[in-house]
Amino acid sequence: MSEAAPRVSLGKLFSVFALIGVTSFGGGIVAYLRRALVDKEKWLDEDGFMAALEISQTLPGLNSTNMSVIVGRRLRGAAGALAATLGMILPGAVIVTGLGFAYVALRHDPKVAVVLTGVAAAAVGLLLQVTLKIGWKQLIRPQDLIFVVVVFVLVGIFHVSLLVTLVVVAPLAIWMHRPRTEKEPA
Amino acid sequence: MSKIVELINVFALLSLLAVGGGTAVLPEMEHVTVERRHWVTDTQFTEIYSLGQLAPGPNMTCVALIGYEVSGLAGLLAVLVAFFFPACLLCYFVSKVWDAAEGSPWRDAVQRGMAPIVIGLMLAGCYALGKTASYNPAKDWDFNLLTLGIGAAVAIILTLTRINPALTILAGGAAGFFFLG
Repeated sequence: MSEAAPRVSLGKLFSVFALIGVTSFGGGIVAYLRRALVDKEKWLDEDGFMAALEISQTLPGLNSTNMSVIVGRRLRGAAGALAATLGMILPGAVIVTGLGFAYVALRHDPKVAVVLTGVAAAAVGLLLQVTLKIGWKQLIRPQDLIFVVVVFVLVGIFHVSLLVTLVVVAPLAIWMHRPRTEKEPA
Repeated sequence: MSKIVELINVFALLSLLAVGGGTAVLPEMEHVTVERRHWVTDTQFTEIYSLGQLAPGPNMTCVALIGYEVSGLAGLLAVLVAFFFPACLLCYFVSKVWDAAEGSPWRDAVQRGMAPIVIGLMLAGCYALGKTASYNPAKDWDFNLLTLGIGAAVAIILTLTRINPALTILAGGAAGFFFLG
């Protein structure tokens, strides 16, 4: 990004991302990021945010932590990337650790077990809804649906290793969408 | 100690394979940690993932609890670092050179080509969780009808309203308490 980046302290970077990390319940973290980074702190404009999000979604890793790395790096280099990413991860990690201790201590209690069963049943519904919401375009387009089905069957049913699946299927899928309009110079 | 190394090996690889976000590695993670390594049972795996939906922040931080089950706090920290650090490091360096590829038609090809793969992986994740959480062959049909119903109700409510998803997860827990007990 070419816009002049404002000088931001590492403490400020950490605290802004920690605030996002601690308030973003129930997924949808991208909306929280946009509100904080574009609307409130004005560290990125709308185009800069979309460009960063595009990289975050293409590279492996979670969108939220990749966004932290990119924004932190742009504002304060390597130290900034570390501060922003730790801010994003730590609050949730501490809370999930607390939940985990309670889980290990209580999970054999039959009353807790049925609550967990209900929670898990609901989580499947949530994941399915998110998948359908972001994937409906791929599910209705036959040339994409083939890849959806192939990947589902390989990884989900036959447990072919994810690494092998990606190495074989991803180049094919990218080739299907290869740029065709431009002529290569001879 | 060797358990810690195993945890790091498994989760560092998963970190780099997490194309399109953390949920895309769920089916592979379930297969490796439950069926191959027997670190957690399928029920535990599903419950740990669900707990992650109740905590704020990136919902995959819950994978650290698999490390906790295997080797306590050291395992928890090992998994947290192994699952987040490699992908973050990759992102750090690739995002530096990414801007140079601005305008390349191949960037668009990568994004559109990977989209259906990510959806296939996410559906496989639904299946990996659902085969214990939604339909458990060890339980009665009325029990399974209720767990399937809770999942369907959550999906429908989230499609029709803009309610915070964490609330529907809590409601699922309440439904479990009152109807599955």
